[in-house]
Amino acid sequence: MSVVQIAVGRRRRQRRRALITGILALLVVAVYAASLMIGQTFYSPTEVWAVMLGQTVPGASFTVGELRLPRATLGLLAGLAFGMAGTTFQTMLRNPLASPDIIGITSGASAAAVFGIIVLSLNETAVSMLALGGALLTATAIYLLSHRGGFTGTRLILIGIGVAAMLDSAITYVLSRAAAWDLQTAMQWLTGSLNGATWGTVAPLALACLVAVPAMLVQGRALGVLRLGDDSATALGVRVGPTRIVLIVGAVVLLAFATAAAGPIAFVAFMAGPIAARLVGPGASPLLPAALVGAALVLAADLIGQFAFDTRYPVGVVTGVLGAPYLVYLLIRTNRSGGSL
Amino acid sequence: MSAAPTVAPPPDAATLRRPAGVRLAWMGGTAVVLALLCVASVAFGVREVTLDEIIAALGGSTNGISEAAVVARIPRTVLAMLVGAALAMSGTTMQAVTRNPLADPGILGVSAGASLAVVIGIAFFGLNAPYSLMGVAIAGAAGAAVFVYAVGSLGRGGATPLKLALAGAAISAAFTSLVSAVLLPRVDVMESFRFWQIGGVGGATWDRIGAVAPVLAIGALVCLATTRGMNSLALGDDLATGLGENVGRTRLVSSAGAIVLCGAATAVAGPIGFVGLVVPHLCRLLVGTDHRWLLPFTAVAGAALLVAADVVGRVIAPGSEIEVGIITAFIGAPVFIWIVRRQRVREL
Repeated sequence: MSVVQIAVGRRRRQRRRALITGILALLVVAVYAASLMIGQTFYSPTEVWAVMLGQTVPGASFTVGELRLPRATLGLLAGLAFGMAGTTFQTMLRNPLASPDIIGITSGASAAAVFGIIVLSLNETAVSMLALGGALLTATAIYLLSHRGGFTGTRLILIGIGVAAMLDSAITYVLSRAAAWDLQTAMQWLTGSLNGATWGTVAPLALACLVAVPAMLVQGRALGVLRLGDDSATALGVRVGPTRIVLIVGAVVLLAFATAAAGPIAFVAFMAGPIAARLVGPGASPLLPAALVGAALVLAADLIGQFAFDTRYPVGVVTGVLGAPYLVYLLIRTNRSGGSL
Repeated sequence: MSAAPTVAPPPDAATLRRPAGVRLAWMGGTAVVLALLCVASVAFGVREVTLDEIIAALGGSTNGISEAAVVARIPRTVLAMLVGAALAMSGTTMQAVTRNPLADPGILGVSAGASLAVVIGIAFFGLNAPYSLMGVAIAGAAGAAVFVYAVGSLGRGGATPLKLALAGAAISAAFTSLVSAVLLPRVDVMESFRFWQIGGVGGATWDRIGAVAPVLAIGALVCLATTRGMNSLALGDDLATGLGENVGRTRLVSSAGAIVLCGAATAVAGPIGFVGLVVPHLCRLLVGTDHRWLLPFTAVAGAALLVAADVVGRVIAPGSEIEVGIITAFIGAPVFIWIVRRQRVREL
């Protein structure tokens, strides 16, 4: 009897999860379409569709095809990448504060990218590779520094915060010395922005997503199991070592390429995971819902930043203003429940 | 109010009470170092100056460019000393009050609170008088401190070092993000605001020093007046209460002093991190943990550290300057990591 009940409950939860994931996907498509249509001039869905099919529409071909399409695609991919990478770290370290933008991995990617853009004036692909190197190096350094006499998530987070402080001041230094960049561009880059997106900036990120996203989704179930701890995961048939390496490398790749293309869009990696977990409930693989939440967040925040106020804000400011109170709320809730601190 | 250490000597009495001679020697030595650093701060910079020109400039002459450069460097050096001393004393007091080795105005988000309050004050309320800015900064610092402490002490175990540091770092990140949101659309004023993101002493003038010095002096006196209480707090609340210490009042008064120091320093120099973390730890190794000695000593050492950071920032990159906030982050973050590594961390 009870077995049947469990089975029924599980099926109900799975249906619910599938339903919510579907709704999220629809939401992402809707916001993506909206950011193609809305702008100085409004284009109808038929016009946008015609442009996407490659037909020539007067006016819309340039505005939608050359300006809005790369921008929206960059937002979509960066959101997917940040959401997926963030939730991977959060799940693996079993702490929502362990998102890559708080423990300094994003800062590592940013520092390398800023150095590549300003000091070495590299092209997009080279900058992405450099950002990847910086992120991997930072992740390794944080891991090694926090691994001493046993490994704890809290220590890793604090050490990450220290490393992030150092890297951030290095970024600030390089940006403040950049003669060619005016301060506003520099600050936009620091908060993350989709301005000036071209197919050239989108291409490396799209490639990285093509490789890393499927590889990680395959491991999604294992990630859910890793949450139970290494021993339980091994007992349940997960090969802990390889799984973890695939997931971490995949997450770092996504993070580095997204950062190189759009800057470290504030708090998306941090927010997407917990929001997705709230929506779909515990137990399932958090990767796909978190990626969708991330994409919806970035696209919606970009729309808000561009059109909701008198001045145009870069997307990172909007996500930052949304993320900051959420971070505080999460901290209060975690502390009150005596949770993972 | 009885002197705690004499009533109940803790096990490591040797580190608490270094011989007075040793302490005096360290104090004198640090003061000499500070004096040398001040000379260096006036002598080194983007422009090379000769000894004669320094002496002439100190005599009030501003004829040559070099002499003018020296005259410009003097207020900067004074401000670096004041800010360094204030941040170090603030950090020491916060560490004593929270009994937390990771306490620091930067890490606990107090500087970020002050920064945010000032930026909002300037951007939305058009404040620019030094005293109103300082008032706003101190209010912001106090708000952030109360908030971080409240959040960090929720739940089991009260305000453990790690919880407090985590709460501070998170709130700091949140505030920094809000500062960018306020600043970004204001291109015209952003150049003058940049300072609210990095922190530096380059914009020092005698007017600003004159405005901030009395406030810093009040904060410093409040902290110095409660050093005995801080020593009692180190024994734990129960024991301190048993020794006749009014724990709540001591905490309140000391934190108020620390917040005034940090807020005023942030109002004139922007957010400068890690000084309040590094200096007390270093000084405790040298003169022990008796706050009656430690606090004045950290003031001298903090002044020396910030002047040194300022000089390094001017010398290390030829032709330009690196803000002190960047240098202190590079010195301080490794120390922070080192302290975290030494902590025994509880994992669920």
